[in-house]
Amino acid sequence: MDTIQFILNGMMREALSPQTAAVAIAVIGLNIHFGFTGLLNMGQSGFMLLGAYGFAISIWHGLPMIVGVLFGFGAAFIFALVLGAPTLKLRGDYLAIVTISAAEIIRYVGRSALLVDFTGSAQGIPGSQYRTPFANLSFFGSGQFTLIPFNYTDVADGAAWVRIIGWLVAIAVIVLIVLRFRSGGAFRGIAQAAGMVGLLVFGLLLLFFLFPVPQQSTGVNGWWVRFVAWILVAVSTLVVYLLVRSPWGRLLRGIREDEDAVRSLGKNVFSIKMQALIIGGLFGALGGIVYVLPASVQPDSMGRSLTFFCYTALLLGGAATIFGPVLGSVLFFAARIGIKYTAAAYVPDSIMNNQQTEQFSYIVVGVALMLIVIFRPQGILGNKRELRFNV
Amino acid sequence: MSDHMTQPAVGAMADPAARLALTSGFEATPGATKPDAILRVDNIVRQFGGMTAVDVQHLEVQRGLITALIGPNGAGKTTFFNLITGFDKPTTAGKGAHWEFDGRTIDKTSASSVARSGMVRTFQLTKALSAMTVIDNMMLGAQDQAGENLFKSMFRGTWGKQEKENEAKADELLARFKLLEKKHDYAGSLSGGQRKLLEMARALMSDPKMIMLDEPMAGVNPALTQSLLGHIQNLRDEGMTVLFVEHDMHVVRHISDWVAVMAEGRLVAEGSADTVMSDPAVIDAYLGAHHDTDLGDDALLTDEALEELAEEVAAEDAVRQAEEEAEGPK
Repeated sequence: MDTIQFILNGMMREALSPQTAAVAIAVIGLNIHFGFTGLLNMGQSGFMLLGAYGFAISIWHGLPMIVGVLFGFGAAFIFALVLGAPTLKLRGDYLAIVTISAAEIIRYVGRSALLVDFTGSAQGIPGSQYRTPFANLSFFGSGQFTLIPFNYTDVADGAAWVRIIGWLVAIAVIVLIVLRFRSGGAFRGIAQAAGMVGLLVFGLLLLFFLFPVPQQSTGVNGWWVRFVAWILVAVSTLVVYLLVRSPWGRLLRGIREDEDAVRSLGKNVFSIKMQALIIGGLFGALGGIVYVLPASVQPDSMGRSLTFFCYTALLLGGAATIFGPVLGSVLFFAARIGIKYTAAAYVPDSIMNNQQTEQFSYIVVGVALMLIVIFRPQGILGNKRELRFNV
Repeated sequence: MSDHMTQPAVGAMADPAARLALTSGFEATPGATKPDAILRVDNIVRQFGGMTAVDVQHLEVQRGLITALIGPNGAGKTTFFNLITGFDKPTTAGKGAHWEFDGRTIDKTSASSVARSGMVRTFQLTKALSAMTVIDNMMLGAQDQAGENLFKSMFRGTWGKQEKENEAKADELLARFKLLEKKHDYAGSLSGGQRKLLEMARALMSDPKMIMLDEPMAGVNPALTQSLLGHIQNLRDEGMTVLFVEHDMHVVRHISDWVAVMAEGRLVAEGSADTVMSDPAVIDAYLGAHHDTDLGDDALLTDEALEELAEEVAAEDAVRQAEEEAEGPK
């Protein structure tokens, strides 16, 4: 029981972590590229790295934080322009090739010893060099707290039956939420929307009750970073929702289906694809900034594998959906930690040691991606009629 | 614009006499100069490697008429379409290739600008956006949408009203093409013929001056062909110019006011349907001596008809053999 509680707590901690939120923001951007416009951007980690570098280097060299954020966005903006200008007139495959190599170029330039005064080369930039202005913004005070002050240990001393009943209720709530989402009309009408919001809030509170996660209020990796990161996820989701429900979003979907048809209707396809590439890239840069806030800027931590994690999260949650990127990121990271902890707890060291469980979790991720694409190409929230995994 | 849609305005060309007046009074030669041309094409050449797909010296399309562009498979009709609508670039670009639409030179204009200038096309292989609903397909056709601007798109106030107007217009067009009950279905669930109708309706969302239809009747059953022909005639009667590609002469015969014939990339004949069909050059290049015979006609299956055909084939073979022998071995 305690082992299970430990594993689930670990998953909860990972699901809430600012890096999960950071990847969720990058996936929201990738969703604009791949999900809505059909642009096969294989270098989202390059956008993230540029955002992180722009932010960290500026602050490290004494510029104010807001300027750092603008530099991060500016770098991603120029990167998108440079990548898009030659490739967006060609077939989609070319963008994929160019983005994957350009992202690698950014990473290798970052690692290069020539730029050690700016990027810190392969060692990266330690968080202490750029984190202070952000941490100083905190109004959370000091100390440690869990998210809701009331958890399972307060009922019958945290007896096993309390937790088991709680877990069953949580699973039921999750299933109910997913079913209502898939039925389509989740937010149609005030009663429906209120019911849905109620379910979501209840489910979240229940999760925090069952898996209390204590964190520092401010600190390097505390509630302050999490608070800001998840607010940014919510804002990004809202912005994407506003964008894709509009005629502009309709253009994106039209381009995804058939560029020539949209062109024949008098729309400037190149310009719209460029706009989509830039907007998605800016979300990537924002994700990169959030990604390095609780850690340090390590070029190797934002390499190809991060791009593929983004794709896995996107396909898991459902491409071309509003909440798919967030759901996919949370599930992806939580599940990976779940696999890792489970393997560590139940598989003897003689078969698989701690280092191997880490690798094993990535193998499972790869297999999971394949299974999603084969058996549920539209992801958890997606509509099969609207999008299949067809590149 | 909605007035125009609710009460189909009757264009001047709804009157057959007016059409006749417009199409007579000049000599019907390939590349003839005509009164009131909306599209003028000069010296347009497109080569694929060594093969010349299109080589048209001069062609004019008259305003308000239905012009059919016919020719056998591989005559370069679709390539010609792609060229003038900006989807392809002529090999002679910058070397005298020139074409203008409604007084505006469009030979260096992108496909989207050509469409915005009022010349909208459809495709031979229907490009219905199948993972979008029918109404979304239609709404894409509307021009000058404020909501298609990235920054305005986030604020419904800037485009909500226009969206409603466009949707009302789309509903009218869908009703006219009998697609209204499919409004919220995915375009992928439509039949092939319905997709053709949807594509035509979508093109009309932009209120074009001229509509270019690339084989609208290909793969469509006879009943729907009749309805499509009716729609095309209605467009003309409302004052729109129609240019359409077709390779079945019999389909073209009844509705077109003017026919241009292409073969091997060149314009070989122009004229009214009846003149063109009796033109020896056209028969030679395209129609064949049996162009009057309906292959679906049971009369063809009678023994006499089959014997007659067999005799003709044998005679042609004999002639060819004689010619080959006369030329001698190469």
